[in-house]
Amino acid sequence: MQEICPYLAAFRARFQLMLQYRAAALAGFATQCWWGAIRIMVFAAFYGVHASAAPISLADAVTYVWLGQALLALLPWVADPEIGQAVRTGGVGYDRLRPLDAYGYWFARTLGWMLARALPRAALMALVAGIVLPLVGLGAWAWRPPSGLAAALLFIPAFALMTALAAAILMLANVIVAASLNERGVNAVLTPLVIVFSGSLLPLDFFPDAMRPFLHVQPFAGLVDIPFRIYFADLHGSAALQGLALQAGWTLVLVGLGRLAMERMMRRLEMQGG
Amino acid sequence: MNGLALYGRYVAASLRAQAQYPAATLMLTAGHCAATAVEILGVFALFDRFGPVGGWSFGEAAVFYALVNIAFSIADLLTRGFEVFGTDFVRTGAFDRVLLRPRAAALQIAGHEVRLSRLGRLAQALAVLIVASRLAPIDWDPATVAIAVWTVAGGVALFVAILVLQATLAVWTVESLEIVNVLTYGGVQAAQYPFNIYAAWFRRLLTFGVPLACVAYYPVLAILKRSDPLGAPDWLLPIAPLAGFAFLALSFLAWRAGMTRYASTGS
Repeated sequence: MQEICPYLAAFRARFQLMLQYRAAALAGFATQCWWGAIRIMVFAAFYGVHASAAPISLADAVTYVWLGQALLALLPWVADPEIGQAVRTGGVGYDRLRPLDAYGYWFARTLGWMLARALPRAALMALVAGIVLPLVGLGAWAWRPPSGLAAALLFIPAFALMTALAAAILMLANVIVAASLNERGVNAVLTPLVIVFSGSLLPLDFFPDAMRPFLHVQPFAGLVDIPFRIYFADLHGSAALQGLALQAGWTLVLVGLGRLAMERMMRRLEMQGG
Repeated sequence: MNGLALYGRYVAASLRAQAQYPAATLMLTAGHCAATAVEILGVFALFDRFGPVGGWSFGEAAVFYALVNIAFSIADLLTRGFEVFGTDFVRTGAFDRVLLRPRAAALQIAGHEVRLSRLGRLAQALAVLIVASRLAPIDWDPATVAIAVWTVAGGVALFVAILVLQATLAVWTVESLEIVNVLTYGGVQAAQYPFNIYAAWFRRLLTFGVPLACVAYYPVLAILKRSDPLGAPDWLLPIAPLAGFAFLALSFLAWRAGMTRYASTGS
């Protein structure tokens, strides 16, 4: 227990710091409500002409949109801005002096950064899309609870793995930022990849059928598509377990890659600033 | 030196600065192009799966997508100063120095930076427009070209107006209000599909509240030589972008009112 205390402290410090940005959270929330409304109206229009062509029901697609908007800040859009700053100013030197596992320390901080931005927005979104919308008679547009107890229970590990996978991807991005001293290049590549391949733009099954075998095994699927389909039981039973296994497998692979890359990067890191 | 020449100098200085780092500028442009181009993939996938919606084929819908993206990319290129006005000028007190110079403040803010990376969105939108012209198909006779240029001009005016309003609000809020993204990025998001597929409250808001439909829906109908499925008269379609310029005029009136109330944050 003693060993993980410093990592928990790093996580908590970052989490509490990021919670202070309330105006940013409110602005993000309002933007996400607007985005959600547009997405849902577009879905409704397409379902209106040819609902049988869709891989999931409209109610599930609506829930998918709200879940996606609620947890948007949890996705690995951009590398942790503090890492780039620490490397450019030389602050990373302090990190090197700590008697801690460097990967674990950055991982805990990045996790705190992601969760503190995502959770307040998710809570607000659940309140508005899950409770207020049905109350004002827009039940068809509402964020529904998980489809059954099994789905709810399976969503807990799916959510944990989605968070861990996102942090593992961000850690790789962080390492590249530390090695190249600049986050712009990494972010320019990462953002479009995440939008398309996580299922954030559209549930992956909406893309042409021929692409499914590839889309369902690539690592980004574990960020949005797999956990959300577990939530409304589109993936259930053994398919859900396979989804969880895919999330866990990719998380382990990416953490392993991240640790290797970080070790190599740290060995030839040159201190900036002074 | 008159205003236009001064603005030209500002732009030239900004472009020279970016030309010092050609590789970085090119990469940022390519990244912006990729990040904005993924949206058309979503539009394509939905049409591919469901077929035509609201009476529109993919090719026709792509014309809406292309024109609103072209207009927004040009506005985005020109208005960086207004976008960061609250954060970089009001909060830091840098705006006090701008006010001391004997030239219009709006002109100096507009000349703050011209970001070449925004051409990434323009490039992908032009590519989509070329493909859409063949799919739709559009006959690019002089009249159609004129309406398209006029539509884009109206769209640029509208998006610039929204950014000027955001900067005006910063006089009171002392920060750039991110909520305005709902109208800029969110407006592009909404307008990349034909408006008749949306709910009525949403269409009214984006017609009479912020006249986005007037620059991104009605004139595009004229380009596609279609009449409005919702029943707007045909003569209205090509003159609708005027609303974008009217909105721009209103936003500068608001800006002037904001200037008279500006109080320095001090330091």
